[in-house]
Amino acid sequence: MPVESVFPRLEALLPHVQKPIQYVGGELNSTVKEWDDCDVRWSLMYPDAYEVGLPNQGVMILYEVLNEREGVLAERTYSVWPDLEALMREHGVPQFTVDAHRPVSAFDVLGVSFSTELGYTNLLTALELSGIPIEAKDRTEDHPLILAGGHAAFNPEPIADFLDCAVVGDGEQAVLEITDIIRAWKNEDRPGGRDELLFRLAKTGNVYVPKFYDVEYLADGRISRVVPNRSGVPWRVSKHTVMDLDEWPYPKQPLVPLAETVHERMSVEIFRGCTRGCRFCQAGMITRPVRERSITGIGEMVDKGLKATGFEEVGLLSLSSADHTEIGDVAKGLADRYEEDKIGLSLPSTRVDAFNIDLANELTRNGRRSGLTFAPEGGSERIRKVINKMVSEEDLIRTVSTAYGNGWRQVKLYFMCGLPTETDEDVLQIGDMAVNVIAEGRKVSGQNDIRCTVSIGGFVPKPHTPFQWAPQLSAEETDARLAKLRDKIRGDKKYGRSIGFRYHDGKPGIVEGLLSRGDRRVGSVIRAVYEGGGRFDGWREYFSYDRWMEAAGKTLPDFGVDVAWYTTRERTYEEVLPWDHLDSGLDKDWLWEDWQDALDETEVEDCRWSPCFDCGVCPQLDLDIQIGPTGKKLLPLSVVNK
Amino acid sequence: MQRIRLRYTKRGRLRFTSHRDFQRAFERALRRAEVPMAYSAGFTPHPKVSYANAAPTGTGSEAEYLEIQLTQERDPATLRELLDASLPSGLDVIDAVEARTSGLADRLQASVWELRLDGVEPAEAERAAAAFLAAEEVQVERRTKNGMRAFDARAAVSALEASAAEADRPDGRACAILRLVVRHVTPAVRPDDVLSGLRAAADLAPPVPAAVTRLAQGLLDEETGAVTDPLAPDRDAATAAPSTAAGPRAATVTSGVNPAGAGHGTA
Repeated sequence: MPVESVFPRLEALLPHVQKPIQYVGGELNSTVKEWDDCDVRWSLMYPDAYEVGLPNQGVMILYEVLNEREGVLAERTYSVWPDLEALMREHGVPQFTVDAHRPVSAFDVLGVSFSTELGYTNLLTALELSGIPIEAKDRTEDHPLILAGGHAAFNPEPIADFLDCAVVGDGEQAVLEITDIIRAWKNEDRPGGRDELLFRLAKTGNVYVPKFYDVEYLADGRISRVVPNRSGVPWRVSKHTVMDLDEWPYPKQPLVPLAETVHERMSVEIFRGCTRGCRFCQAGMITRPVRERSITGIGEMVDKGLKATGFEEVGLLSLSSADHTEIGDVAKGLADRYEEDKIGLSLPSTRVDAFNIDLANELTRNGRRSGLTFAPEGGSERIRKVINKMVSEEDLIRTVSTAYGNGWRQVKLYFMCGLPTETDEDVLQIGDMAVNVIAEGRKVSGQNDIRCTVSIGGFVPKPHTPFQWAPQLSAEETDARLAKLRDKIRGDKKYGRSIGFRYHDGKPGIVEGLLSRGDRRVGSVIRAVYEGGGRFDGWREYFSYDRWMEAAGKTLPDFGVDVAWYTTRERTYEEVLPWDHLDSGLDKDWLWEDWQDALDETEVEDCRWSPCFDCGVCPQLDLDIQIGPTGKKLLPLSVVNK
Repeated sequence: MQRIRLRYTKRGRLRFTSHRDFQRAFERALRRAEVPMAYSAGFTPHPKVSYANAAPTGTGSEAEYLEIQLTQERDPATLRELLDASLPSGLDVIDAVEARTSGLADRLQASVWELRLDGVEPAEAERAAAAFLAAEEVQVERRTKNGMRAFDARAAVSALEASAAEADRPDGRACAILRLVVRHVTPAVRPDDVLSGLRAAADLAPPVPAAVTRLAQGLLDEETGAVTDPLAPDRDAATAAPSTAAGPRAATVTSGVNPAGAGHGTA
């Protein structure tokens, strides 16, 4: 039976809300399939505002992969802003997809992609607006499966009560496997109800179903063990890994929004995974091994994507884009190909390396050389050894010297504050580094209008990293340390005015820390925050630290723990971590060794150009790193039709 | 350098497209359609597009206009089809002519609007329209960047007629249609302002927001109240002097026919 569109009812509300265009769909390359022609139907949610969610590559890829399948449809839904939420509640309009404005509750699955933990309260809003019970235990066969994915799903425990299942790792193949299981179960007339479907998913060993695992606690609040409560359910759930990116050239038809969004460009993921081994970096740890897209594959995706979208900019995405084995040829090839077409090229996430200036020069052949961004992450040589970010101050100065010499006017430097073993001195050295950068810039360029912006984020320890055992620095200490740095920079008569200083307070980091390394008990905090009005916690204008602390103060004491227990407490080797039963492929003993190496200030090389250091991923997943060079050339120039 | 004038729509749900949104979408459509655009000079060159008098966000339109500058000649009809196919459905390009006259913007003197008032009895709408038209002046207020601003909504209105919507409404609810002709003046009087005026002059308060659509823009004939196609002069000029891009039909008469004189696109 077809499902009725809620659009007529929504339409009456749209004149009263901000930016109504974000709710109407109809984007170029979006897809609406006949409801009755499909037997497995997904709604895919990015739990943030449309302007952030639409460009998300993960959702875009799965949307296309699913819709390409016969008999399967996928539609998108995003968080609605509080102005529309209030009207939807008042008028009984449910959470809807933007494609055909079908109610989310009518689909078989609601797949939610969590890039960050700060989207958790938005999940609860969407569930309640959909009329789906917030807790999984209250759902029936009539409700969609609530499935989480994305990086935050590597520790889904804080939202375990609200989820039916979670997938860790790459989603492309996973969504198709899940689709097949749902289809078979529906075709058999849903034997055993919802539990049987979840059991079939859990049995694969690739889908985590929280309700099939019991968490047992010790008297002191730590976890004693996490144990399957049903035979046939595996002890550990493994992550999905797509090995050949050239077989998955998605998105082929990227969505082109009408509304303004945060990234408006044709993004091509040039490789997945990273083995640089930065110890703070969850993305680098959980996406191993490195898998490159070939230079020809990149060339084709860019060509087709630009034709399909009309975008003016190409972004070459990855965790460290300059590390692609053929990046020089890729950049030069694209710059040559689009020289006449006013297409901009961008290469986010590059490391501090003079080679990158050559690249940056190539990418800005015709354009203006305004700013370059580097991420030394730590202010002192010592702390950079702790985090395994192998950049010396000499490297940095040489790099910026080349940059200024090539006409770049501004350098932006990213750092973290609150790293393990960090002292005030480590952070104060950020100021010295900025001064040296400016001094070098003035010398090389012979001009005084050189700028350096220092941008600082608070460090949050993440699961599946060597720092998963580390104590997080409290918000007060973070703020105090950064205040000292600010005073030092401002007090510098000669260079202070050339240095920009950006940082946010340490409070949101504590909430992120609670959610990152939390366990199932933290779910009660999330629910209390939601019920107290918490929404859009990633947005400064909506985030309320006090609301989180108040909620935690109400619910956590029942369990004998508190926020500090989850954040600023150091864990020991023996402790069972809430996410230990989710297998990222990393060997926990290797992570511990790497943590000990960090404390000893010992660095570890990248396994792409030094021997394997046994992180565990390749043997565990029976894989290997997949890198070039292929020696091939970018697609031949398509001069024929011009 | 060829200039082409286009008429486009904002239909259905895409009427919520703001003008800025439309501009981005249109520039991307130009790229997809590989239109040989002329670009502005400078560090960030922009394709040369002139937009005229865009309808407010949330109102539908059958009659939006813009002009583009090309570096190579193109057949307007083919270009229209290409651009229409490159834009999302609802943002439809429905007419294209080569610019052969100056002053398209000057010809957009007035708009014809349709206001659909669900839940309003046609007779009530008629009474309200009559009261509005009978008034010398109808003061209304609108929130602007600089706070509330009061102005007269009456003088700009050249016609306002009420009628009943077609009777095939499934729910049997009343629905009145207002046809409104407004002169483009400063400060602009928008359909919203006229609705505010109807409330002020005759207590007309529709239970749901009106569905507003611009039906036409163009020169206003003060005698008949008719608003005429602003692309007609270009079309007439083209018939008289076909563009080289339009085909090999010989350029026959070139002098004395084009009233505006300037603006030939055939370089």
